[in-house]
Amino acid sequence: MTANITQPAIAVRGLRKKYGEKVVLDGIDLSVAQGKIFSLLGPNGAGKTTVVRILSTLIRADGGDMRVAGHDPVREPNAVRAAIGVTGQFSAVDKLLTGEENLLLMADLHHLDRREGRRRAAELLERFDLVEAGGKAASTYSGGMQRRLDLAMTLVGSPQVIFLDEPTTGLDPRSRRDLWQIIRELVAGGVTIFLTTQYLDEADHLADRIALLDQGQLVAEGTPEELKRQIPGGHVNLRFTDPAELDLAARTLGVAGRDDEALVLQVPHDGGVHSLRALLARLDDASIEVEELTVHTPDLDDVFLTLTEKKKEAVR
Amino acid sequence: MSTMSYALRDSTTMVRRRIKHMRRYPSLTIQLVGLPVVFLLLFVYVFGGTLGDGLGAGSGGRSEYVAYVTPGIILMAVAMVAMGTAVSVAMDMMEGVVARFKTMAIARVSVLTGHVVAAMLQTFFAVAVVLAVAFAIGFRSDANVVEWFAAAGVLAMLAFALTWLTVAMGLVAKTIDSASNMPQPLVFLPLLGSGFVPTDSMPAGLRWFADYQPFTPVIETLRGLLLGTGIGANGFGAVAWSAGIALVGYLWARKLYNRQD
Repeated sequence: MTANITQPAIAVRGLRKKYGEKVVLDGIDLSVAQGKIFSLLGPNGAGKTTVVRILSTLIRADGGDMRVAGHDPVREPNAVRAAIGVTGQFSAVDKLLTGEENLLLMADLHHLDRREGRRRAAELLERFDLVEAGGKAASTYSGGMQRRLDLAMTLVGSPQVIFLDEPTTGLDPRSRRDLWQIIRELVAGGVTIFLTTQYLDEADHLADRIALLDQGQLVAEGTPEELKRQIPGGHVNLRFTDPAELDLAARTLGVAGRDDEALVLQVPHDGGVHSLRALLARLDDASIEVEELTVHTPDLDDVFLTLTEKKKEAVR
Repeated sequence: MSTMSYALRDSTTMVRRRIKHMRRYPSLTIQLVGLPVVFLLLFVYVFGGTLGDGLGAGSGGRSEYVAYVTPGIILMAVAMVAMGTAVSVAMDMMEGVVARFKTMAIARVSVLTGHVVAAMLQTFFAVAVVLAVAFAIGFRSDANVVEWFAAAGVLAMLAFALTWLTVAMGLVAKTIDSASNMPQPLVFLPLLGSGFVPTDSMPAGLRWFADYQPFTPVIETLRGLLLGTGIGANGFGAVAWSAGIALVGYLWARKLYNRQD
């Protein structure tokens, strides 16, 4: 590895890209630490794929300063290419070849010797559960199998940084989970992952850090928890066994969000442990018996809708 | 290993990839070889009796016409394979795997050289089939070994040139259909040249085109080498046209393949 541990795997400042008059990326700053999963999240057309295509040397940016694995994709594209692996949105397998031939093709292009190539191909077929399908043409594979083969091909060259552009789009839930597991194992092996997705739960499950891209700009960046805390909407649900207790609690806490049928009181809450303890203390002091307590932190859906909505209003 | 030997190794890998495609899905190759063979049989057996008499040399008739038309049919086979190359390249570009190749630290042009070299092998296969059928129906050549090699060289040059041109067409095409339409005129160029009848039997405007289009000097050179007719300036014309088309095709293809927008 050429990059030292303190250097980010990917660093981007002021990235810009226009197609004709249409601004696709409008000054993006990103930093991705080594050995982490970074997720670029955004709706269709937000510019996620454009970022991946620029960083993986497929297209040129109009402006901005970039480093991928310590190299500039514009001036040293081959150094970047040697360090990365890309699994695109549309499966990047040779459908006319078999799974095994696809992997051997990658081994040849990485200049592995014949024996090493065969060993690596066999190992990857095994790891991605493709041993049985290895001799069949990739065109006969299911979506999930093609995606696994795609990722296996990316790994033949042992890349330091892997770009996954919407890797689970169009997959069934089972195949998605399988792929998530594989991605986690990769990161455990020290690889850095740059993942784009339009699925909030995917980013939430996998990513160490998330950046929210909307209409070519980053609208938020942070850990999933930080993002969730950025917006209001968190609350605690208190459920009681009888209406009298509910009444008493409502008066004690002075809140209006109550559901008399379900005997549930909804108390606004920021998700912090400290304020939760204070809330419990007040209930204790008033000797109120609570049947059940659930904390609802806003999920990324809330964050996403709130932040993109805010921007639209600002534009108006 | 040096950059040069990596380029060679990556290109070889890509050629092997294309040959695997061709062997696994032979229907395209059969189509490409089939049409010239059908034209050969059609022109020799249906039109050959009359056209042969019109040549005004030798014994006339069908046997005379087999000799006359074979070089034209060979060029038709070369053009057909070139047309198939445009389709194969366009299909390849629509697959994500080429985007993968572009993000890998490999000799960048190797994807294209893979197509070109594999297409040339396919061309020689097609020409061999056409020649075998021609011999079976009475074509005879008085060429010696040197002349056969020279003929193979002339065909290789033209195939190389046309392939680079059709690789570019495959790259510029937005759909498979347009990739197969664009090079279509190439297949008919032997008909609008000296491939099927002598150009001096044509009306003035057409004759002018037939005399000066690139396939005519190649056909005449081939005829000269295989049948002993006069070559004259046609040898130079064949080389010049091939070199010119190859250069334009290569530069165009490289520009299209390397675009980053």
